[in-house]
Parts: sequence; C-alpha cells; structure tokens
Amino acid sequence: MTATEWLLWARGPAFEIATVILVMGIIVRLIEILMLGRKENLAAPKGSATTGGLRTIVSRSVPDSGTFQRSTFTIVAGYIFHIGLFVVIFLLAPHILVFSKLTGLSWPALPTTIVDAFAVITILALIAVLINRLNNKVKRYLSGPMDYIVWALTTLPLITGYMAFHRIGFSGPMLIALHIMSVELLMIAIPFTKLSHAFTLFLARFYNGAVTGIKGVQS
Amino acid sequence: MEPVKSPMDLNPAVKSTGAQGETVGEALRRQGISRRGFLKFCATTASLMALPPTMIPRIAEALENARRPSVIWLSFQECTGCTESLTRSHAPTIEGLIFDAISLDYHHTLQAAAGDAAEAAREEAMKENYGNYVLVVDGSIPLGNPGYSTIAGVSNEDMLKEAAAGAAAIIAVGSCSAFGGLPNADPNPTGAVSVQEIITDKPVVNVPGCPPIPVVITGVLAHFLTFGGLPELDQLGRPVAFYGQSIHDRCYRRPFYDKGLFAETFDDEGARKGWCLYKLGCKGPTTYNACAVTKWNDGTSFPIEAGHPCLGCSEPKFWDAGGFYEALSTPTTDIARTAVYAVAAGAAAGVAAGALNKANKKRALSEHQTTTLDDLSPGT
Ligand code: SF4
Ligand code: SF4
Repeated sequence: MTATEWLLWARGPAFEIATVILVMGIIVRLIEILMLGRKENLAAPKGSATTGGLRTIVSRSVPDSGTFQRSTFTIVAGYIFHIGLFVVIFLLAPHILVFSKLTGLSWPALPTTIVDAFAVITILALIAVLINRLNNKVKRYLSGPMDYIVWALTTLPLITGYMAFHRIGFSGPMLIALHIMSVELLMIAIPFTKLSHAFTLFLARFYNGAVTGIKGVQS
Repeated sequence: MEPVKSPMDLNPAVKSTGAQGETVGEALRRQGISRRGFLKFCATTASLMALPPTMIPRIAEALENARRPSVIWLSFQECTGCTESLTRSHAPTIEGLIFDAISLDYHHTLQAAAGDAAEAAREEAMKENYGNYVLVVDGSIPLGNPGYSTIAGVSNEDMLKEAAAGAAAIIAVGSCSAFGGLPNADPNPTGAVSVQEIITDKPVVNVPGCPPIPVVITGVLAHFLTFGGLPELDQLGRPVAFYGQSIHDRCYRRPFYDKGLFAETFDDEGARKGWCLYKLGCKGPTTYNACAVTKWNDGTSFPIEAGHPCLGCSEPKFWDAGGFYEALSTPTTDIARTAVYAVAAGAAAGVAAGALNKANKKRALSEHQTTTLDDLSPGT
C-alpha cells in the first residue's frame, strides 16, 4: 500500500470502525453500569444525594493536603498530562474540525505553536510517570501488562502527532496516516481498558458523593 | 551528482539520436531563440534540478550539442489538459524552448497528419529510432474493455507495450498516466490503470499533476538531454528534483498555519488577509509538487496564492481523497451518521447486556443456598 492509500484507509474505513467500536463500547458500558441499579434505601434521607454527588465531583478532583504531600509527583505529573491531553485533543484547529464534523459543534482553537508546546510537556510528563512507575516498588508491583499497553496507546498519538506537525521521518501522507491510525488504536482500546475512566470517572465520583450525601455526610 | 567532464560525455546516447540529425542548439537558432533566452532556460532548469549555478554553462553546452531526440507522444484516456499546459504556456516560452527543440514525431493532437499517415509516421519513427526515442504518455489505459479507448483500431494497452519496447526513456506526463487519474477514480468504469502498472520491466518517470507544471515536463526532458539518464526518482517514480518538497513545506502561507490563523470561508477577513487555507480543504501538507516554487503562468502565482486550497493533484487517488473542500484531518466518510447508528446499536446492546446481568443476578440469588453449620462440620 502506498502512503496515500494508508491515509485514505485511515481517514475512511478505519475511522468508521474505530468510531463504531468506541461509541458502542462506551454506551454499552455506561448502560450496564446504570442498569446495575441501587438497593432501595429505606432509611430517611439526611441530606441531598444530588448535592453530595456534585460536590464530590469537584472535591475529589482537588487533592487534600495530606495526599498531596505523600504523592506530590504522582499528582503534579498526573495533572500536567491530563490537562496537556485535554489541550492537545480539544484545542488544536485540525482536531476541532474532526469534532465539528462529528457533532456540528465548533469552538476556538489555540495557536498551533502553543498546542505544540503542550504536546511536548505532555509527552515529557508521560515519560516521567512511566519512569516513576518502574522505579517505585509498590507501583511496579501493582502494574500489569495492560497498564503499560495503556500507557503506550496514550503516548503514541502524541508522538506521531508531534512528528506529523514537524514532518519528521516519513512523507506527509504517511505521517498523517500514522497519526490518525495511532489515534484509532486508542479509540478502539478505550472501552475495553481502564482508559474508559474518561467516560466513567465523573459518574463514579457522583455515585460516591450521592451515597454519602444521602446520609448527610460530606465526602 | 557525478562530475560532468565535457558535453560529449554527458549524453552519448542522445547525440546519435534525432530524426533530422540536427542539434538542439541548431534547432533553437533556426527558430529564432536568442542566446539570452536559451541561457535563461538553462538557469531555470539548473535551479529546478537543484544544481549549482556553475553548472549552467555546462548544461547549455550539453543541450546545445545534443542531437534532437525523437519523441513519440501517446495520448490515451486523457483530456488534453497536459498538452494544453505545455503548449499554452506564456510567450516567449522558456519551456517551449525545449519542446521546440525536440523532434516530435507523433502526437495526434499536435501533428498535421491524420489517419493512416499519422500512424505511419509513428511506426516509421519507432523503427528508425528503435532503442533511442523518448516515449511520452498522457492519459490512463483502460483494462476493463480495450474498446473504451483505441487509436486506429489498436488498443491503448497494445500500443503502449509496442512503443515502450523500443523507448530509451518513458515519461508518464500527468496524473492519469502516472497514477490512473480521473478515469481511475471510484468506481473506475473503464478499469483504468497507469503506465507503470503495465510497463514493469523498464523505469517510468512519473510527472504527475492535473495538469503538470509545463516547466517540470520540459525540465525532465532537459535532464534526459543533458545527462542522458533518468533523474533520481522518489518512491512514486517522480523526479525528486521537482517533487522532493511538499506544497506545505514551501508555502508562503505556512506562518499562518503555524500560528493557527485560518481562513474559514472564501470571503472572510482571514481569506482577505491571506491566512492559511487548511480549513478550506488544502491538501498542501500531503502533496509533493513544485507549484510553490516554480509557480504557474510564467511564474505569476500558484493556486494557493490565488486563494484556492491545493487539491493534491500530483498525488495518487487525489480524486477519491475526500472532498476538495474538506479539511485533511477530517474523516472522509459521513462519520456523524455512523456515530448516530453506533449510539443506537450501543443503546440496544447495552440494555440487552444490562437485562442479562440482572437476570443472572436474580438467578444467582434464587439459587443461593444458605450454608448451615452441618455443611461446615467435618465428615460431611
Ligand atoms: S495554505 Fe495549504 S499548503 Fe499553505 S500552509 Fe496552509 S495548509 Fe499548508
Ligand atoms: S497547488 Fe496542488 S492542486 Fe494545485 S496544481 Fe499545485 S499540486 Fe496541483
């Protein structure tokens, strides 16, 4: 296959397949979770489940000082690469065009050079958390092969995107094809791995908060 | 690049060729081309081929003394745009210089002879210059049914094979002959293929473009006349000298791309300010051609300079590479519709899976047996 054929495949059939797997996979997961239901709570509510749930979504996103002191690196590096991923994925003009083709929505982009800087910082942060994971006995013990696969699937699109923007290593069509295909791998993996936390995270936090909220306890 | 010693060393093959035995220099003088015009062409060719200026006199000398090569130009499934590109280039035509200097022995649009006389001319030129003529092809070749395109009752495939056998060099001019082009676009009703899909035992120089830049066509001819051999080619068979850089990498609008300043429509402020045309579908980042360097219409401008995104015309399958006005990063299919179906299918599958989980849970509960002390006592 020539570079052009790879690019056409990546932008056409492959993107369709990846989208179907991602969308179907996530929806199935969410519905399954929601249909698990909750046991009827017979106790008189002492507080609001909704308020508690919403509060926890925010409060669990802010580390408390004790945790922060114990795991400063994990939290700082984690925040950096998550914010970096958000900026790179959602604020680069060519990416916004994909989302608007999908949803019809559009929003302003950041200058390409700034997104580029975010990409570099994100890659560095991801490398740092990997090194930390390998060097930290407890983290290494807790890590399975899937954790490393998931790390690679997240980092690959950043690297191929950086190469495509700076046009390193391959021809123009091939670079873009490689970048899109690496994103497609990630899309396919999301519903089946812990990467699905991107879609379940806030639901889970809300649930935790609601359980305690209804008991009148803050979490 | 190997050192060039004397013009004679450059291209012995071409020297002995030529229908009239006339040299390129003689032919040009006969047509009233000034020395200055000729040197200007040599300079353009040198810079296009990325040769140092010191090579200009050598190119001039080699060209001047090269025998006029016999050129046979076959036109298959094509629109004549490539020939138009070459012959309608501006006067005094720098690129026309070389074109005038060759002995164009067969070209059914340009030659005066028609019918049997024309075919006889082709056969004669092929016989006389066997092994030495340059074969230029424009248009794609239908393999679906030879009847889709024939010349004097001969199928395109047969004529190409016959002419290719005795050619010293084969140049596929235009995207149709280089990659299949428009006739090959989905659903390819004629089964159109490129020259290199039929001629596999000889190198084919691809000069794609829809149409190709005239000076690139003649630059390749000039290279053959000057150096005898074929120029260095890329993976797609295109001369690296002309197709080595992408439009995007040489585009004067690139700073706007880097800054993220894009025209959103053809008449907004960004368009007036000359911002990057990426959002309007520019294929510059994936297109390798010399437009941004040589420009068109005697160096006047090129499509992006005129405010239109690059269509990617020098790349294979550019007709099928999504809409011309759809951004390069976006999917080529109707992804929104796919996503809606996926949501619906996902919802159905999710509800089914959820119901199954519930049923399993219920069954587990009903089948649950309470453990008694007896179960735990030893001996049971
Ligand atoms: S107009 Fe096209 S070729 Fe020029 S910088 Fe923008 S995307 Fe690249
Ligand atoms: S700018 Fe692009 S589409 Fe236009 S002629 Fe050049 S390569 Fe072809």
